[in-house]
Formats: sequence, structure tokens, C-alpha cells
Amino acid sequence: MNLTINVVDEQPSKSIVYLAGEIDAYTAPDLKEALIPLMRQEDQVVAVDLAEVNYMDSTGLGTFVSALKSSKEYNSKLTLVNIQDRVLRLFQITGLDEIMDIRASIRGGSE
Amino acid sequence: MKNFDFIELKVPAKAEYVGVVRLSMSGIANRMGFSYEDIEDLKIAISEAITNTVTHAYNEEDEGEVTIGFGVYEDRLEVMVADHGGSFDLNEIKDDIGPCKENESIEELREGGFGLFLINALMDKVQIKNEYGVIVLMTKYIHEHEAEVGFDDDQISTTQ
Repeated sequence: MNLTINVVDEQPSKSIVYLAGEIDAYTAPDLKEALIPLMRQEDQVVAVDLAEVNYMDSTGLGTFVSALKSSKEYNSKLTLVNIQDRVLRLFQITGLDEIMDIRASIRGGSE
Repeated sequence: MKNFDFIELKVPAKAEYVGVVRLSMSGIANRMGFSYEDIEDLKIAISEAITNTVTHAYNEEDEGEVTIGFGVYEDRLEVMVADHGGSFDLNEIKDDIGPCKENESIEELREGGFGLFLINALMDKVQIKNEYGVIVLMTKYIHEHEAEVGFDDDQISTTQ
């Protein structure tokens, strides 16, 4: 019922945020706290790796919407990668998959 | 002989207990024979209902409890989530419900407001009562709609 957040700076202007666990009302504030400062760096490229996220609800959607807003404001870039089908489904139901840069990216998987 | 089992759970209205209730939901739904997908839907729906009470109803005092009732029937699970704290403006929230529109600008996107929309999308029946506090009553049937998944736009938008 927890979320592990691990930020790796691949290059000075590129970060990968590895998440593992569950994103809900309890853990979303921590995620926001980690993500927003990254998005506020001018021209920063941020990839959020969701491979190990097995549960997410609307609090997670809200956090990523908030990060996307920051990215527009600071000209940074947000991409969600390795997203699991169950989690992707929430983005599809809400229409957010049309607006966010999401890559399922596990090759050979469904879709 | 009574025709259903009833399970009641009471937790503090705090975010850290959302996961605890989710686990209970998972256990009950599993015991009833719901499919893996349906159990995941139920977990999200109950988390949304409780998150709503945690973030809306008890903003000011940070005290209070959420009562959750599970009605276990042969063909369905009824879940009731009740908070007796200061109630929120339901109409205001209803205005906020819905998927993103394709031409919607990012600035206009809501950061919240997806919660009740998701409950409607994931459950078969949802009722909300706003008299003494807020009560969300939602139902999911076992083995219903096996062919149709929640991707169906019509199904989602007509449930309210």
C-alpha cells in the first residue's frame, strides 16, 4: 500500500522517475512533491516509469494532470512509459490518453 | 434464513486507511467469485468513494469516520460508503464529472473531479444521497456484461 519513488538523472536535462507500488490518496501527495519540481526545470525531459505500479486511481490521474500543466508552463516534457494495461485503462476511460504522452512500450505485449 | 451477508467497517477519515479498505474489498470480492478485472474495478470504485469523503467532508477538522457497508448477495455486491461529516456540494461535483474532451486545453483540465466519473464507469449502479452527510451506494453484479468492458462510451455517460 505504499509507493516507492526513485529519481534517476540520466543526463543533466533528462530524468527518469521509477515508481513502484500503489498510487492513491495516501501516496499521491509524495509523488506530486517529487514530480512537480522536476517539471519546473526549464526544458527538462521527464519520463515516469510505471512498470511496477499495480494500482492507481483518480488521485494519480490528478497528479499527472498537474505535472502536465507544469510542463506546459516551464517548457519541460512529461512522458509516461511502461504503463500496465490496468493503469492505462483509467487514462483511456477518462480521455487523458489523448492528451498525455503515454507509451505502453513493453514490446510484444497486448496492443 | 437471511438472503445476504452484511459486513460493516469503520475507519478514520484519513488517506492512509483508503488502502486498508481496498484490501478488505478485494478479499470480499475474491471470496464472492468476482473476476480479476471486476475486483480491480471494485478496488478503484471504493477507493474513489472514500477519497471523496477524506478530501471533501473533513477538510476543516481533520477528524471523523467513514462507515463502509458491504452487502454480499448471491448475484451482486452492494457497497455503501457513508460519511457523517460536513457534506459537500453535490451539484458542484456533478458539474465536474466527465471525461476530457479532445479539444479541451490543458489549462482547463481538472486535477480532481475524475473520482465520481470513475465510480460511474466502473460500477453497474450508483446512487448518491446527500441528506445527513453523503452516502454513496454502488452495486456490481457477478458475471454481468461479460462481453462489454468499461471502454464503451455510451455505457459510461448514461449511468449518472
